[in-house]
Amino acid sequence: MLAATLLFIFVLASFIGVEIIGKIPPTLHTPLMSGSNAISGITIVGALLAMQGRYHGAAQVLGFVAIVFAMINVVGGFLVTDRMLAMFASKKKTPGKQG
Amino acid sequence: MHIYLYIVAAVLFILGIKRLGKVRTARSGNTVAAAGMLLAVLGVLVEAQALSWFWAAVAMAVGSVIGWLVATRVAMTAMPEMVAALNGFGGGASALVAMTEQIEDTSQVTLATFGGMMAIAVPASIVIGSATLTGSGIAYLKLQGKSVPHPIPKAQRNLAHAAIAVAILAISLWSVYSTGAWSMTSMVLLTLLSAVIGVFLVMPIGGADMPVVVALLNSFSGVAAAASGFVIGNQMLIVAGALVGASGVILTQIMCKAMNRSLLNVLIGGVGDGKVAKDAKDYKNIKSTSPEEVAMLLDGASSCVIVPGYGLAVAQAQHACANLAKEIERRGCMVRYAIHPVAGRMPGHMNVLLAEADVPYEKLLELDKINPEFQSTDVVIVVGANDVVNPLAREKTGSPIDGMPILDVDKARTVVMIKRSLSPGYAGVKNPLFEFDNTLMVFLDAKEALQGILDELKGM
Repeated sequence: MLAATLLFIFVLASFIGVEIIGKIPPTLHTPLMSGSNAISGITIVGALLAMQGRYHGAAQVLGFVAIVFAMINVVGGFLVTDRMLAMFASKKKTPGKQG
Repeated sequence: MHIYLYIVAAVLFILGIKRLGKVRTARSGNTVAAAGMLLAVLGVLVEAQALSWFWAAVAMAVGSVIGWLVATRVAMTAMPEMVAALNGFGGGASALVAMTEQIEDTSQVTLATFGGMMAIAVPASIVIGSATLTGSGIAYLKLQGKSVPHPIPKAQRNLAHAAIAVAILAISLWSVYSTGAWSMTSMVLLTLLSAVIGVFLVMPIGGADMPVVVALLNSFSGVAAAASGFVIGNQMLIVAGALVGASGVILTQIMCKAMNRSLLNVLIGGVGDGKVAKDAKDYKNIKSTSPEEVAMLLDGASSCVIVPGYGLAVAQAQHACANLAKEIERRGCMVRYAIHPVAGRMPGHMNVLLAEADVPYEKLLELDKINPEFQSTDVVIVVGANDVVNPLAREKTGSPIDGMPILDVDKARTVVMIKRSLSPGYAGVKNPLFEFDNTLMVFLDAKEALQGILDELKGM
């Protein structure tokens, strides 16, 4: 794809990133960081594409490692975020009793 | 086909991050983002028809199992380390993607022949990704409390870093304009130097500034993913990487603001490094007390504020803390928590820990909400926090915490500091609060102290 088109996409997506993150309460900063971190595991897409059609032995090995790293990022990130947010959610059921 | 899956995935990422911003919708937001990831992976499986399915499946299984094992076992107190490590894996994967491209493409021709985008994106992805990997590794060690001193003396440090940066630029150029074995050699050199600069940049950063670093590395892992998207010409990587990169920048800004520091100051200042740590000899007029006395104090109090810090996390004392708060409340005393934006070693870390201990999040008050309340508070219990309550920050003394917004706990009638010793916080400065007339010190581990106070209180 055209370099300029990709750059165009990058710039627009960056602005969206800035806009949607602006008003997040500090309470959620840790889950937000681990959640958005899991999204940066999107590089799994790159890793899988990088592994296909590679003929050089070193490239194949690095591609394999890239997939492992990216999957740790994806699975670890989403699961740990869910664990944290499950605890926040459990508090929602008893909002009436504080003084 | 795959492009439509990518579009839906990108929309789900945006909606997911948006939902992560509200307590009520946060958990579903995470699920929505995870669904987006699933679609993106389905998309790539459709796109990558020539993939060697067996090895791809093995690699994905290995990564998933490791990720699952770690995520389900890590303690909530170790969350900052966990996020730092995950940042590193993301960055590392992006660097590796760019490397496979360079190895595969440059046996006969140079990267430059593929055009400007490749010539910039490949080295950029390798540099940012490798530096994120090793920088996160150092951040992980520092967050675990390990000391990792910089091998280069402070006076020459900035010069050395600048020299490495110049070398990285030069080798990037070399790597873009070389083929075959030279291309490989330059790529390996580039990776190594980027790894070194990642280590060197995080090493001197003080413990108090770790939240900023973790947020910044988070942003870098996104930028690295976007860069590798340019390498392989994939829109999905670019969109998701840019989203994470931009959100990381905003988070970094929020952290810097909370500490009244500029990002440059955090990165170059190296606070907490090389400062002379004051020890017990520097303090006079310290009043030490016992859990029993604190219990008596609480028995007669009508309002109490608890200030949790990293000491609470280290001692895993969040449950003891919540139990004590419940007992104090049962006796008719109002209890609230004051959360400094950089309490602990990661933004929002205290909120996660107290949520684990079933403390309703409505009771956690932010700095500007709780500060006017201290004047009318009977007892403040500071649990393992130090720099965030240091009144020195309000004065201009040239100390590293100058101008940092703090919790004005000294305005309360009595301040109980639960702290193992008189050692300084991460900023390495003396805390005059310890000597104030209205301050009582409890020299115990946070869990021991809180449990002790609770036992005494129950016996009254």
